[in-house]
Amino acid sequence: MKILVPIKRVHDAYLRPRLAPDGSGVDLEKAKMSMNPFCEIAVEEAIRLCEAGEASEVLVVSVGPGACQDVLRTALAMGADRAMLIEAPLHVEPLSVAKLLVSIVEREQPDLVITGKQAIDDDSNQTGQMLAALLGWPQATFASNLERKGAEITVTREIDGGLQTVAMALPAVVTTDLRLNEPRYPSLPNVMKARRKPLETLSPDTLGVDIAPRLKVLKTEEPPPRKAGTRVADVAELVDRLQNEARILRAES
Amino acid sequence: MTILLVIEAEATGLSETARRAFGAARQIGSADILVVGTACADTSAQAAKLDGVGKVFVAEGTEAEGLTAEVLAATVMGLSERYDGFAAAADSVGKNFMPRVAALLDVMQVSEIIAVESPTVFTRPVYAGNFRQTVEVPAGEKLVLTVRTSAFEPAALGTASAPIETVPLIVPETGTARFVSESLAGGERPDLATARIIVSGGRALGSKERFEETLRPLAERLNAAIGASRAAVDAGFVGNDLQVGQTGKIVAPDLYIAIGISGAIQHLAGMKDSKVIVAINQDEDAPMVKLADYSLVGDLFELVPELIQALPKSDA
Repeated sequence: MKILVPIKRVHDAYLRPRLAPDGSGVDLEKAKMSMNPFCEIAVEEAIRLCEAGEASEVLVVSVGPGACQDVLRTALAMGADRAMLIEAPLHVEPLSVAKLLVSIVEREQPDLVITGKQAIDDDSNQTGQMLAALLGWPQATFASNLERKGAEITVTREIDGGLQTVAMALPAVVTTDLRLNEPRYPSLPNVMKARRKPLETLSPDTLGVDIAPRLKVLKTEEPPPRKAGTRVADVAELVDRLQNEARILRAES
Repeated sequence: MTILLVIEAEATGLSETARRAFGAARQIGSADILVVGTACADTSAQAAKLDGVGKVFVAEGTEAEGLTAEVLAATVMGLSERYDGFAAAADSVGKNFMPRVAALLDVMQVSEIIAVESPTVFTRPVYAGNFRQTVEVPAGEKLVLTVRTSAFEPAALGTASAPIETVPLIVPETGTARFVSESLAGGERPDLATARIIVSGGRALGSKERFEETLRPLAERLNAAIGASRAAVDAGFVGNDLQVGQTGKIVAPDLYIAIGISGAIQHLAGMKDSKVIVAINQDEDAPMVKLADYSLVGDLFELVPELIQALPKSDA
């Protein structure tokens, strides 16, 4: 089984993003960038399937500027076998990414695509589902468990009311939720080894995909600030303020 | 502009989430509803009474079990030529199937809208709610939207009933996930997504048992839903269905009481639009304490029982 893992390079999840002063959106010029956390989980899951003997090859792909090579090298250091970079501008819409991935799927014929359920920058939560639709493949989004059972995979999904289990014949698309696994840190020897693993560069033009954006971003702004809060001295003051100031709790009659 | 709003049939009838999503759809234009599920009678009868609904389609059958994305998307596509746009609540069903509809229509989806600026301009949160972005869909292109329902008021129910029409559930011949089973937490507490008051706990609760014995009496006294931070869910204190945050439930109750939650950016993203926020925390520098309208610093295991004692006996 060959697994394709699309990954995205995003603003580091643990640092606070800032708006660029020119109003162009979030300032990514000097920001620390990392692999999208959900994509890290996807890479980890694919590598674990290889280690368990269920899969034979893990191919990672990213869409973006040349700097995306760093997250691809991270995935290779974690244990992926090969990487592909589709060189494109910083912002590519999920629909365009899905179309680029269709062309990679046609070239590489993977049996399974595992990717993050959403990127923590635009929070779109679309690419995996769009890819599945364009390929006519089944999908299992928000996966918290994945098992291969013969020609099928069984996926447990996190849904609003609890958990849902679905089975899919391969090929299929899976998107990862938080509790699927805990991604490993690459060891130093593996980081060194990853430098020699193959990384191919492609372009949307050679793949024949138009990536012109469909949506026009009119503005990106801070949400209105909340008013400063009050430190209350004790429980009595808290209840009094909730009753008489915020008027959230009914006062005792 | 005519929108088709897709809603899930619920055992309890038309949900508040669906009414809020309809409220959003009506801000865009006229709106019809498609009810999908295995037993739709109650939900569709109530949906037909929504103020301003043109028509209610019902796609009912065992094929809808589990509300798989492939079936929902194909069924919606069966009606696609009649509509200028498609909307669904950004719950785990809407997020799952709607991007398939967008891809099949060759348009971009606008995810989790929080405001309708015009029939083609929408505002949505990005970067875990750190920013909001306003985007325009090109004129003449079909709209595909998911709605963050906590940002919209529920549409009212009228007395007139719109016509109800049955449409087939469409199951693609190949490439469809097969529903196996569901384990739903269910429970006696109010639904997290629509509760007026939420009592939410974090890692500081220490264990599953202490989470339960500390938070439940307070939730019961306030008739509140129980929520949790990702850390509390990861630690196994409660199930994933109670997680509030960027990737869990997005909530905006009248009152959110955060107990032992430090306030990771991903958690704040899920609750910072609550009307009043109370933080009970040991650490006065915790981000949640800084965000809160009222903060109480100290040992939660002493303060929470004290709070239960101090609350009026009747419901809030």
